[in-house]
Amino acid sequence: MNWPRTLAVGFLLTLALMCGLAAFIAPSGYAHQFRDIPSAPPSHQHWLGTDDLGRDRLSRLLYGTRVSLLLAPGAALLSSLLAAIIGATAGFLGGWIQRVVMAATDLFLSLPWLFLLITVRALMPLNVSPVFSVVITFAMLGCLGWAAAARVVCADARALSNSDFILLARASGASGFRLLRRHLLPNLMPLIFAQFWISIPVFILAEANLGILGLGVAEPLPSWGSLLRELESYSSISSSPWQFAPLLLLIAVVSCFHLVITDRELPA
Amino acid sequence: MKKPGLGAVFTILLLLSSGFAQSGNVLRFCLRSEPKTFNPLLVEEDSSDTIRYLTGGVLIRVNRDTQKLEPGLATSWKVSKDGRTITFTLRHKLKFSDDTLFSAADVAYTIQQMMDPSLHSPVGDSFRSGDGKTETKILSSEKVAITFPAPIAGLDRLFDQVAIMSAKSPRKEMAVLGPYYIAENKAGSYLVLRRNPNYWKHDASDRPLPYVDTVRLDIQQNRDLELLRFLRGEIDFVNSIDAEYFDKVTTEKPALAHDAGPSLDSEHMWFNQVPSSPIPDYKKAWFRSTSFRRAVSEAINREDLARVAFRGHARPAVGIFSPANQFWFNNKLQPHPFDQKSALSRLQQDGFKMQSGVLRDRAGHEVEFSIITNAGNKYRERMATMIQQDLAGIGMKVNVVTLDFPSLIERITRNFNYEACLLGLVNTDLDPASIMNVWLSSAENHQWNPNQKTPATPWEAEIDRLMKAQASTLNDHKRKQYFDRVQEIAWEQEPFIYLVTKNGLSAVSASIQNARPVVLRPQVFWNIDQLVAEKR
Repeated sequence: MNWPRTLAVGFLLTLALMCGLAAFIAPSGYAHQFRDIPSAPPSHQHWLGTDDLGRDRLSRLLYGTRVSLLLAPGAALLSSLLAAIIGATAGFLGGWIQRVVMAATDLFLSLPWLFLLITVRALMPLNVSPVFSVVITFAMLGCLGWAAAARVVCADARALSNSDFILLARASGASGFRLLRRHLLPNLMPLIFAQFWISIPVFILAEANLGILGLGVAEPLPSWGSLLRELESYSSISSSPWQFAPLLLLIAVVSCFHLVITDRELPA
Repeated sequence: MKKPGLGAVFTILLLLSSGFAQSGNVLRFCLRSEPKTFNPLLVEEDSSDTIRYLTGGVLIRVNRDTQKLEPGLATSWKVSKDGRTITFTLRHKLKFSDDTLFSAADVAYTIQQMMDPSLHSPVGDSFRSGDGKTETKILSSEKVAITFPAPIAGLDRLFDQVAIMSAKSPRKEMAVLGPYYIAENKAGSYLVLRRNPNYWKHDASDRPLPYVDTVRLDIQQNRDLELLRFLRGEIDFVNSIDAEYFDKVTTEKPALAHDAGPSLDSEHMWFNQVPSSPIPDYKKAWFRSTSFRRAVSEAINREDLARVAFRGHARPAVGIFSPANQFWFNNKLQPHPFDQKSALSRLQQDGFKMQSGVLRDRAGHEVEFSIITNAGNKYRERMATMIQQDLAGIGMKVNVVTLDFPSLIERITRNFNYEACLLGLVNTDLDPASIMNVWLSSAENHQWNPNQKTPATPWEAEIDRLMKAQASTLNDHKRKQYFDRVQEIAWEQEPFIYLVTKNGLSAVSASIQNARPVVLRPQVFWNIDQLVAEKR
């Protein structure tokens, strides 16, 4: 039995359950400001204390985890799908199409994505709800995160296209679409699946980075990014170690995802 | 053998302490960026301004504590009745730091340089009152008269920024008349200033000033590191710190934290009233309504903003100037009270209706708007989030959007694609003449509706008239009457909804004597020539 993986899956499932039930188990609403007790230390009412506006940290952590855990896999799915379509098509067709697509991919990879995100965020309409803003943030991450995965998929698709079983299928009269659907894609699935799992923690961290720049999820909706912003300043963290809770949770979740990925990657 | 008496011991201690005060002592603090220029006439940013303050000799100095004018290189001065000419009588036999003699010719040279259009001197801009040439007349080696093409309100105060340069010295701007001269400059790392042996000022017992021999300025952009270095005793003061760092100092070393009270800096928000802006017409109508703006203002709990967002180191703001501006602040005005009932009543009078907790205008549009502010400024982000909750109390839906600074500036100055904006104003000058570029309706920085050809509203026309009147009047009390009325109109109409006035916070090591931090820049070292630092 692979107990670390079991433990990781158990942890992720428990966390997902807690976040799903945040409305019932959170001590208060994530946006409610207890203005009489800003930056309060942990207490019976507020187990992780309150933030600088007096909002309950535990409630914000539960809701923020829900946001990050729901949308990061969504963004990973989007980027993996794009990578699969672009990479597999380019690899399968080969020739000048592959060269053009990969040149475009390299160009995309060389873009300073952080500045691109900042620019895209600045061009967005201003009157969007916090929920819509978080969806847009992750959708942008998903749309921009396909390039590296597409290169890997393309290389693998190219190798598979030249393999004996594809040549055999081609010789037996299989059409291009059939070759792609029945022979190539099923063999690429483990790779695409691994790319999907790898992307999840990457997007969680990317959103956290954007949040630290103040460009992530709009207030008052919490996300790990906005929660981690409290750790920006040396002056505030040194006296309040409980502020590290979101960071510890982020590390735990990312580690668990990696444990799950490693286990899935090995057989592939 | 006769033992030394108490008096003798006291004398020895006094002698030791005076020697201690005057020899080999170093004052250390940080600059947040490298100075862009050492030419005092080209100063635009804080670091260069610090160097100018420490090295430059000025004819008239504004005392940062009393906010009154004091003689500098000029023993006296007189402004003519038409407000165009100022005549200075200079001190005798002064020398620059490189031993060249100071005379009226140096003043004439500095003014000529400052007003030279090809130099583009930001200091000179304050003196450009009209078309025509500025004339400087050397009446004697110690008397000089400067005539400007048109009257300038508060003319004498402006000379606080004009550091006199030598006309003859080959060292140009490095030859100075201030308390220090630049001895070493390691680009991007540090600057060392040494005591100017030719500095003109002496203390009450005729000892030459300044007391501190050397000032070391380390370039340190990171404020966390600056605070850490202060707490470790590596630097002697932090000139201006924010509320969180102040609390940190208060917790660890309470005696070193100084709160000088309300400063000149305020935070405010405004609604976009630009007619050509790409926002729906019904929203433009809301934003142009005085009742709407007053209602928003009354629905914001300023006390909470000051207490929570700034940890108590701010006060509810009143208006254009804060009480820190002792002469020009209109004492009759008070901050707008937090009163959501009154806010709702104003809105109802304007045709707004509350339906199931949602505020709608006469046409049934839900009242929803966005507030933009610059990303990374946690105090503004906190305020915006608190305003979001406060305005939800009167049924308004507010979306908080943080943008990178260039995008924000693009929106508020070029494409006007925004609804409300939350920013701050840094006032460095006490005189209302310095804010003409904000309050004249034709001004570029008239942020809610800039560059108007004719005033859009009667009250803006009235402000234009009053601001021009105060700028062309030389009697300060008459000017104050005009400006008091401007402050009242701004308070009534609230084109800017003033939120809080930040306190002047600083941290000063116990090893520094005579430090009396004030709210005017430079807060801690305004009396640099009086400061005493322990010998290291």
